[in-house]
Amino acid sequence: MDKNSNPDSDLLKGKEPVAPDMTPDPINKDQTEADMEVSSVDNSEDMSGMDEIINEFIVESYENLDQLDQDLVGLEQNPGEVSILSSIFRTIHTIKGTCGFIGFSKLESVAHVGENLLSKLRDGALTLDPPIPSALLAMVDAIRQMLSCIEKSQNEGDVDYSELIETLTTLQKGESAKIAPAPTETSSVGKSEEVAPIAQNEPPVEILVPESKKEDSPAKPAEPSEGVERKQEGRSMADTNIRVDVKLLDQLMNLVGELVLARNQILQFSSKDQDAGFLATTQHLNLVTTELQEGVMKTRMQPIGNVWSKFPRVVRDLATSCGKKIRLEMEGKETELDKTLIEAIKDPLTHIIRNSADHGIESPEDRKAAGKPEEGLLRLRAFHEGGQVNIEIIDDGNGINPEKIKQKALEKHLITPDQASRMSDHDLVNLVFAAGFSTAEKVTHVSGRGVGMDVVKTNIEKIGGTVDIQSTYGEGTTLKIKIPLTLAIIPALTVMTGGDRYAIPQVNLLELVLLEGDQIKKNVEFIQGAPVYRLRGQLLPLIYLSEELKVKKKDDNDKVNIVVLQADERQFGLVVEGVRDTEEIVVKPLSQQLKGIPAFSGATIMGDGKVALILDVMGLAQSARVVTQTRQRARLESSEKGDGKETDKQTLLLFGIGEKGRMAIPLSMVARLEEFKQADIEKSGAQDVVQYRGEIMPLIYLSKIFNGDTSYTERETLQAVVYTKNGRSVALVADKILDIVEESITIKRASNRKGTLGTMVVQNLVTDLLDAESIVREHDPTFFDNQSLATV
Amino acid sequence: MEKNKQFCTFYLGDLFFGVEVDNVQEVFKYQEMTRVPLAHSVVRGLINLRGQIITAIDLRARLGMDELPDGQKPMNVVVRTEEGVVSLLVDKIAEVLEVSEDDFERPPDTIDEITRELVLGVYKLENKLLLTLDTEKTVRLGPPVSMAGEV
Repeated sequence: MDKNSNPDSDLLKGKEPVAPDMTPDPINKDQTEADMEVSSVDNSEDMSGMDEIINEFIVESYENLDQLDQDLVGLEQNPGEVSILSSIFRTIHTIKGTCGFIGFSKLESVAHVGENLLSKLRDGALTLDPPIPSALLAMVDAIRQMLSCIEKSQNEGDVDYSELIETLTTLQKGESAKIAPAPTETSSVGKSEEVAPIAQNEPPVEILVPESKKEDSPAKPAEPSEGVERKQEGRSMADTNIRVDVKLLDQLMNLVGELVLARNQILQFSSKDQDAGFLATTQHLNLVTTELQEGVMKTRMQPIGNVWSKFPRVVRDLATSCGKKIRLEMEGKETELDKTLIEAIKDPLTHIIRNSADHGIESPEDRKAAGKPEEGLLRLRAFHEGGQVNIEIIDDGNGINPEKIKQKALEKHLITPDQASRMSDHDLVNLVFAAGFSTAEKVTHVSGRGVGMDVVKTNIEKIGGTVDIQSTYGEGTTLKIKIPLTLAIIPALTVMTGGDRYAIPQVNLLELVLLEGDQIKKNVEFIQGAPVYRLRGQLLPLIYLSEELKVKKKDDNDKVNIVVLQADERQFGLVVEGVRDTEEIVVKPLSQQLKGIPAFSGATIMGDGKVALILDVMGLAQSARVVTQTRQRARLESSEKGDGKETDKQTLLLFGIGEKGRMAIPLSMVARLEEFKQADIEKSGAQDVVQYRGEIMPLIYLSKIFNGDTSYTERETLQAVVYTKNGRSVALVADKILDIVEESITIKRASNRKGTLGTMVVQNLVTDLLDAESIVREHDPTFFDNQSLATV
Repeated sequence: MEKNKQFCTFYLGDLFFGVEVDNVQEVFKYQEMTRVPLAHSVVRGLINLRGQIITAIDLRARLGMDELPDGQKPMNVVVRTEEGVVSLLVDKIAEVLEVSEDDFERPPDTIDEITRELVLGVYKLENKLLLTLDTEKTVRLGPPVSMAGEV
């Protein structure tokens, strides 16, 4: 830095005392932090989150300041250079903005006056007269000094910068002012090569001793050495961190992906080779590759807590300004996701949280009136599921009124009245994502300007995610975001269908079932043409992958491979033609042309170098209607019948008693469906029992009760409905399990038979509704007795 | 001449096409692909290009032309577009040509509608016509065929 060209040292003379009240009070900042702690649930973690922000800020600011030094000197040499001015302005503006956000008011005030001065210069209202660069450099030093102080002790230090502020303010007014240097600590703390010349040019006597130093005389002796220490530590943080271009990480990730694939191929070869040396080398390669893979993945992964850490403050400030009480809970902070995804969800998440706090949670009075605790609860949850990152934002506020949404949507012509009448509450609530929709009755400064949720949705969809709202009016709202892990390497099962390979993420996989020969006919049953398989007594809907993908089956052998998968809360069986092994695969996103096929979530390169598609289990389940099947079918039927009522619908299990008897039991009362072999039936006194899940379960023969029929003794297997209450089970043996239907229970005729609640019509056939409780009680009067279990 | 442009040229049947060289990443011979069920009908499959998975679009199908006769294998022209890197399957790859803007003309209205939509213009060469392809539009496909069970 060429300080010899600085003719401003004489300006330092004759400075005026500065009003002490201009010093920003450091206590204020402490209070703010204390408030924050109170509002957040988990103090210690929150503070570490805060630390992280501060650290980031410091590292970033040091870099910016180095740039600023260069820029300022450059500016001095080419005073007309607008681009340099703009760059300086931006840097100071960024620092100011961040300080304001973190709560470093002193630092902010210094940067603020500097920014004012710079903006005048930039706009041409001031010319760059000689004192200005020096004043600005002094400001840079002051900022650097405060930063090192913050890094050391989490606060801005006690040095008084008011005269620097004064100087900058005077300069900004266009008056010639004298330059106050950054207060003396500079000489110890910020004694870098760039700064030193300023000090040299200034006659020592004229350096003003900051007032704080006079007041704080006991602390004084310690300071110089402390300053040196600070200096070293300050740099050390910057030294242990390297900024790496994300592109480079992407490249590394791709290369590691390639390496993993090559490793997989070599592993395949080595399994055929007997050479011990080769095997050992392969094993080593395998280990190293795995570790390398993990390491590279880690470089890109960040805990979601990094984004969340700013929310306690956001929520607190919002709550204060809206006069609400809000408690913020966070779960799954450590859930990691890719850096690029973290960046991408930052804004949408902030928006959602502001929305929940502003619109969702009610004022304490309203909450009290509604019988809720005064303090509203806002919960953030993050977890990995199904190869996706799930983020949930749950509030116990007022929820969304679907009627209101309907009105608004109609008003804004987002939907037609015809559409509105056919939409479910869930669909209506999700209309808040429609462009140009805002439900706030009054526009607050926080939200409700009509842009927002649609932008949130667009942003989340941009990274391949989905967002859904579930809301119960009066009780709260849950917003679920799902983001795919597009860059992840995951274990997956390879299956064959139609001669092609497909990968199924292992996380969705529950088990594999292989049926051969006779078993197929025996175990695969049909309900209204839909195939189901009885998996340990529970009905598992089956989906044939070849049909879903509309590909021709390749080999029509007599084996059925069922891959049991989990989608949301439902399970289903995916029938494939062959099952290969599991392999680590590198998930690659599908190209734009293939987006929108719900059956696939991505593609990967297999060990042999060929491409395989990755199945989207959730998407498959949805397109095959496994997940919403029953509900939609029921709705369809009711609308066909024209009664349109969806009340009192219950899922009923239908079973046969004797030749023609049909009975129904609400599925909610059925614990499981089981099949018992005659050989497994034992006697306990006169009672037939089976050993079931480590317990002895009595059998009740329904055909005997209703028809006096005992032909069940001749059957090899018995089908039973297991009824469980208070941890005790009893098996109701039916002659035949017929179907599962969703029906509204409308009793046509009251009960005239013992053991039934009444008679109704299901699927156009007369069906008796079983009174399971009375039958069980008849059989064992103590069954419903809570105590009996404990005393036995 | 500054107004000259370079085109990577190829044939589709007897039609002579070109894509601006700057948009072409590479060309290579036929490679086995993984088909994508349920995808748009012009998508032939996915190719592993040195670890990058790219989608192959059958340019004949895209332009509404007949399929390549049996036994003939198409070649890949890999283009960079806003929608990512995509391979266009063509019959045969020809040379890189430098043409003069003076020879450019808008496509005539009489040609087939799909072709007219995807062709930027025609360069009148000495002995033939060079149709230049709008790669951005070519790789922008409509929604995929409807899923099974969708009403």
